[in-house]
Amino acid sequence: MTSVTTQPAPSRASKILGALMHQRLLAFASLIVLLIVFSLASPNFMQTSNMIAILQATSVNGVLAIAATLVIITGGIDLSVGTMMTFCAVMAGVVLTKAGLPLPLGVVAAIGAGAFCGLCSGTFVAKLKIPPFIATLGMMLILKGLSLVISGTRPIYFNDTPGFDLISRGSLIGEVLPFLPIPNGVLILFIVAGAASYILSRTVLGRYCFALGSNEEAVRLSGVNTDRWKIAIYALSGAIVGIGGLLIASRLNSAQPALGLGYELEAIAAVVIGGTSLSGGRGTIIGTLIGALIMAVLTNGLRVLSVAQEWQTVVTGAIIILAVYADMMRRRKAN
Amino acid sequence: MTKLVEMSGIEKRFPGVHALKNVQFDLHSGEVHALMGENGAGKSTLMKILSGVYTRDGGTVDIDGFDTPPDSPRAAQDMGIGIIHQELSLMNDLTAAQNVFIGREPRRSFGRLDENALNTQTAEIFASMKLDMDPRAQVGDQTIARQQLIEIAKALSYKPRVLIMDEPTAALNDVEIAELFEVIRRLKADGVGIIYISHKMDEIKRIADRVTVMRDGAWIDTLDAAQTPLAKIIELMVGREVKDEPPVIPDTSGAETALEVRGLRRGREIHDVSFSIKQGEILGFAGLMGAGRTEVARIIFGADPRDGGEILVHGQPCNIRSPYDAVGAGIGYLSEDRKHFGLALDMTVRANIAMAAMGKFTSKTGVLNEAAMKQTADGFIKQLGIRTPSDLQDVGLLSGGNQQKVVIAKWLLRDCDILIFDEPTRGIDVGAKSEIYRLLEDLAAQGRAIIVISSELPEVMRLSHRIAVMCEGRLTGILPGGADTTQEQIMELATRREAAPVGE
Repeated sequence: MTSVTTQPAPSRASKILGALMHQRLLAFASLIVLLIVFSLASPNFMQTSNMIAILQATSVNGVLAIAATLVIITGGIDLSVGTMMTFCAVMAGVVLTKAGLPLPLGVVAAIGAGAFCGLCSGTFVAKLKIPPFIATLGMMLILKGLSLVISGTRPIYFNDTPGFDLISRGSLIGEVLPFLPIPNGVLILFIVAGAASYILSRTVLGRYCFALGSNEEAVRLSGVNTDRWKIAIYALSGAIVGIGGLLIASRLNSAQPALGLGYELEAIAAVVIGGTSLSGGRGTIIGTLIGALIMAVLTNGLRVLSVAQEWQTVVTGAIIILAVYADMMRRRKAN
Repeated sequence: MTKLVEMSGIEKRFPGVHALKNVQFDLHSGEVHALMGENGAGKSTLMKILSGVYTRDGGTVDIDGFDTPPDSPRAAQDMGIGIIHQELSLMNDLTAAQNVFIGREPRRSFGRLDENALNTQTAEIFASMKLDMDPRAQVGDQTIARQQLIEIAKALSYKPRVLIMDEPTAALNDVEIAELFEVIRRLKADGVGIIYISHKMDEIKRIADRVTVMRDGAWIDTLDAAQTPLAKIIELMVGREVKDEPPVIPDTSGAETALEVRGLRRGREIHDVSFSIKQGEILGFAGLMGAGRTEVARIIFGADPRDGGEILVHGQPCNIRSPYDAVGAGIGYLSEDRKHFGLALDMTVRANIAMAAMGKFTSKTGVLNEAAMKQTADGFIKQLGIRTPSDLQDVGLLSGGNQQKVVIAKWLLRDCDILIFDEPTRGIDVGAKSEIYRLLEDLAAQGRAIIVISSELPEVMRLSHRIAVMCEGRLTGILPGGADTTQEQIMELATRREAAPVGE
């Protein structure tokens, strides 16, 4: 019954709803309310070490969610980000541990593998006209299988590659500012978010991303080679998943081939909570980032309050439905 | 004879358009009352008010036996007003019977479906129409004509007292039309009042008792169908006052041919269409709805594949297979359906204008130059007089005329020298229309080749240097523009249906 303590959060947030017309602000306000509620409920919650743990927990899901955001804005969906992440981690393992090549090549392998997978998904969707849900469902299973095949179903450890674990667990910021030991994984998340945000708002690729989601046929009839751009967006999304693969491999110091399923749904949940429309045409990276943070804060906060794991999942599900409902209400009001 | 429907002083406004102005209409039981007018005259809007889809802004609607007019399609159905829409609204994966009784399926206890009752009741309706069809047949497997008949059966299943038929014969062949008319005569005998909308003039003489003519959202006249010559009805439909002076036709004999099309074919829609257009020329395309004009434009633009034929741009054969190819060859197409095919409604004016020419605003690394985009957008807003609070306004919030100007700006920016305008003034007010006309003339004067597809004859005649007329997928003739060509001549070509196959 302790889960009841979280109930004030959504209701208070929904009161602010009237004033805050923007979903991004709505999500942000929800995040703040959650932080306040949890810090009032437990003195342990607001400690620096716990905050950093939350950020660290956000990093992988955040990066995957950013990748998913790009595809979702085009009006598509990507169910393969979870197993693709694992596949990229395994590819890094093959290059670094099995072939013994230097670290930068492992990074290239992971990101390149992701980009290639995205290219394939994009081609299935754009050229073969397979609905994104099906194309990426297929990719999800293919990549899950390939990860197991390539790794021989056993984890690949990175013990022979010094510095690999520092990709996620080291802290460049902490070296400069010892009182702020923010792990590199979090730093990478924010760099990826900044880059993706820039691409979406400032580049032609980003513009077509929104345009495809808004009215693909109108874009095609404007003489734009929509197929090519769509493939490019899926490939970029895949490359970002590759970064996610590096992060998780570095954090575990190993590539775990059985991991990955379920991550895609967490990523999509973060995107949706962040106010990106599943029908395409609308969405922001900052919203997705906040969505991922909300999910991490919820999980962490409920754990700090020693709510049973089972209940954490229930609450997360309820939050997703609530977030989308709030978004629908806002849009109806706007019309 | 009871008066089933009496509408008077009907007013309807949409953003930017005064769709219905003081319109009157009535319907007796046991009559076929034809509603005539060009596309955009307001017929469909009037019928949507009668069938509860739209609410009127003014005027009265009296339905026999009811105190208040219908406020929803459901209410209209309950009052016995049935409508057969021009676009088919059937569910292809269900059977004929399932479609006919959708939402009113006969049930047995515990909500179980009574498929037998469903099929027998549907079979009865089919029998009353003398339609030979298995109620269990999948709708998607039927031809368009037979789907149309299922749609009619669905309307009949409500046992309507008033039946609105919007272009019911558009997809039917002569035998099927004769059968449909037989159904209509039987309904008449049962006292049903039928409102009949059609563009096929000859059908009016065959089936209608009275004719009401509308033009530009206004009621023009209600006449006896038998005693009024067709020519008179056409005259009322198109209106005498084509106030606009006929176009000044420039001498383009020395100009280079911009676009030539030879033997264009596509399925059953387009048969052997050939024409050419010179630089600086405006070629109008006239024809009735479904004549294939839009299809020709989409094929030339690469939006739909072609089965045969050649496209030559500036004398060079051009293998256009996608809009991307077409734009590369300098062809622009402004769709008749701006909302679905022309604009991304929830994007800004600026983004929409730049859409077809993004390369102009992109650095080598793919970064957009928003400042240059803004400057360009502001330039077009001023040049074309687009009424918008700013270039960052969402296009969806603009009026129809201003949306159309945004689409035009998009193609002007792309600098195409062959531009195809499909219904450039659809849904646009009279004032904005003449602005668009002037714009098209300016574009031609700059040496661009302009194709204008329009269902409004005065518009075609007002703009065109030459007029191509289509009927049933064929080009039936090209008339010279100017004052010497009459609307009757165009109508004659537009209704010249393929002669019945004689022998061979």
